[in-house]
Amino acid sequence: MLAKTSVLLALMLFAGYSYDELKAVFIMQGFAGFSLFSVFLLMALGLTIIFGQMKVINMAHGEFLTIGAYTTVLLSQLTEGYAPKLMAFYFPVAVLAAFAVAFIVGWIAELAIINRLYKRPLDTLLATWGLSMILQESFRQIFGARETSAVMPEWLMGSWVPSEGVDIPINGMFLLSTSVVMTVVVYLMMYRSRWGLRVRATVLNRDMAGAVGINTKKTDRMTFALGCGFAGIAGAAFTTIGSVSPSAGSLYIVDTFMVVVFGGAGSLIGTILAAFGIAQSQSILEFFLDGVLAKVFVLCAVVIILMIRPQGLIASKIRK
Amino acid sequence: MQPRHHPTTLGSVQSGLLAAVAIAAAATLSAEEAWKNPSLDKFPTAAVNTTGLAVGDDWVTVGQLHSVTGTMAISETGSVEAERLAIKQINDLGGVLGRKIKIIQEDGASDWPTFAEKAKKLLVRDKVSAVFGCWTSASRKAVLPVFEKENGMLYYPTFYEGLEASKNVIYTGQEATQQIIWGLNWVHKEKGAKTFFLIGSDYIWPRTSNKIARIHIEKHLQGCKVVGEEYYPLGHTNFNSLINKVKLAKPDVIYSVVVGGSNVSWYKQLKAAGITGASLEKNKQTLLTISTTEDEIRGIGGENVEGFYACMKYFQCLPNENNQKFVAAFKDMYKDKYGDKPVIGDVTQAAYLGPWLWKLTVEKCGSFDIDKIAAASPDVEFKEAPEGYVKIHKNHHLWSKARMGKMRADGQFDLVAESPELIEPNPFPEGYK
Repeated sequence: MLAKTSVLLALMLFAGYSYDELKAVFIMQGFAGFSLFSVFLLMALGLTIIFGQMKVINMAHGEFLTIGAYTTVLLSQLTEGYAPKLMAFYFPVAVLAAFAVAFIVGWIAELAIINRLYKRPLDTLLATWGLSMILQESFRQIFGARETSAVMPEWLMGSWVPSEGVDIPINGMFLLSTSVVMTVVVYLMMYRSRWGLRVRATVLNRDMAGAVGINTKKTDRMTFALGCGFAGIAGAAFTTIGSVSPSAGSLYIVDTFMVVVFGGAGSLIGTILAAFGIAQSQSILEFFLDGVLAKVFVLCAVVIILMIRPQGLIASKIRK
Repeated sequence: MQPRHHPTTLGSVQSGLLAAVAIAAAATLSAEEAWKNPSLDKFPTAAVNTTGLAVGDDWVTVGQLHSVTGTMAISETGSVEAERLAIKQINDLGGVLGRKIKIIQEDGASDWPTFAEKAKKLLVRDKVSAVFGCWTSASRKAVLPVFEKENGMLYYPTFYEGLEASKNVIYTGQEATQQIIWGLNWVHKEKGAKTFFLIGSDYIWPRTSNKIARIHIEKHLQGCKVVGEEYYPLGHTNFNSLINKVKLAKPDVIYSVVVGGSNVSWYKQLKAAGITGASLEKNKQTLLTISTTEDEIRGIGGENVEGFYACMKYFQCLPNENNQKFVAAFKDMYKDKYGDKPVIGDVTQAAYLGPWLWKLTVEKCGSFDIDKIAAASPDVEFKEAPEGYVKIHKNHHLWSKARMGKMRADGQFDLVAESPELIEPNPFPEGYK
């Protein structure tokens, strides 16, 4: 019934358009879904490490995104002011700088706050929430309350036109490739490196990991800081599509947790699947309905699926 | 985090102060204390203040109630600055009825119950003569009952959806019909627009505005129709699906009422999807917005919006003499903060009107009493308004012009057209509900 109605609706919607027009819109719409997918994936990658692996409910994750974004804005302003000729090249540097700054702040946060709270997971929620407010007000003091955005190099703006009527946004392609690269990096680090092995050992059994000679404190610090660093990269990447404001992080935090929890905390594949599923359904629903309704349907679907499968899409196999 | 304020109103001086605060404040106030009211004989305090407001022989206290923290600080900062500029200028000219203005600033913190609480504090404890403040409709709705119960006076600067008129509020921004109808007529007549796609953020102001726009398009513009109407949550950052729909619908006018941070994503993604001022011009299309001012463009980047249109009552580029003076004064006062490139949007100018209109009204009725100010407000004219000339209507809104601006790459506007006459404010428009 529902399928029939939607087909009928679709036919009504597309009546009066030529085949070429429809093809162009479908290609662009498909790409819109992919670019939303890469946004979700980028947001969630840092958190799958911090929340998924370390079980730290990091409410300040959005602010680490914002740190990355502000770093990019700052570098774009510096470049524009002092070396306008280098505008075309600053962005890759900014991405690395965003990682470095977020990494360092994450390192300090772990040292000062988080490491005292591993045995009290619920308290980390409160502490990191406080941290997020402190960071937000700091941004407001340092950068001002107004919305800003980074000046993009020319090659990142505009669209790629493979055929008449089809505009593929270049910033969308950039987001997509960044998310692919980052996913591969996270995979290699988590599952193919000594460090990943140490992280997983520490998460599984902290005492035993310590007993076999793993420096669990160092591992924790490194892991948390890396998660924050990845958030920083995501923040830098988002300046290509959106703005930066002191409270921008709070816009992302809900979606980020939704993706990670829905995917099954701790599973990289689950996170990818969740990001893909949520992004595509939201994008398609937005096209056929509208933005608000799309959000309602997607959230309802997530709630229902989590009621049926509380462990998320892909459950990590841990013996409890 | 409460902003510190000068506890120097006469009322609170008499009721006793914390010594430490008084000492801290004394240094900054010694210069001001030297002020003596030259027209005290003409306006004795007992006569101009019969209701126990914080008015002294040489001083009068007003409140400022905006968000300087939280998400709305982005937008409200400009209003705070413009009001302070107006108050400084009024004080330099000798104040109101010879009394210099002191400001008690409170922070609404982007939280509506906080606004109500602080409004009550300003009216009940500080007994301020007027409050300049609020920005979002939600914050105004939150403080309105307080102002009506405690009988205060609020000067509200933002363009808003209308459907409200209170004895205790002067609305210095445009209500919806003032901003919408003339702009739609213009784009219909000048650009030959027939089809409209309405887009908005999902809350009361965009929805009401689009409702008025739709009724006007369907009933009053010959042969015109709405081909789409869509809302996205506040703070939404992905507009690709919407942009595809707009491409499919090919409207003559993309009518945008997207607010806040979403603006940046919306325009950046439009550009990335190949929709720019130039591409629209080629296809005989127009993007017309009533929500994007110079303030927002600073965040969006002028290169992303070049060639789009906005309908406002004020643009920083207005060539008239009042505005030149206003922009120069603003630049001068905030040069440490913004250098020689201050950005002044529509609402910032409207906020600047508040203190001046209050001063003119007080001088018209020779009293600080709220009831007398409310009664005397209609027909108060402010001839030095940066937007040109404004007059308060008996419904406490302003007569003002509507203007069409075209966005430039440097973040400013080119003035394209303006309504020949002042437009009457009509917060309860018949036939548009």
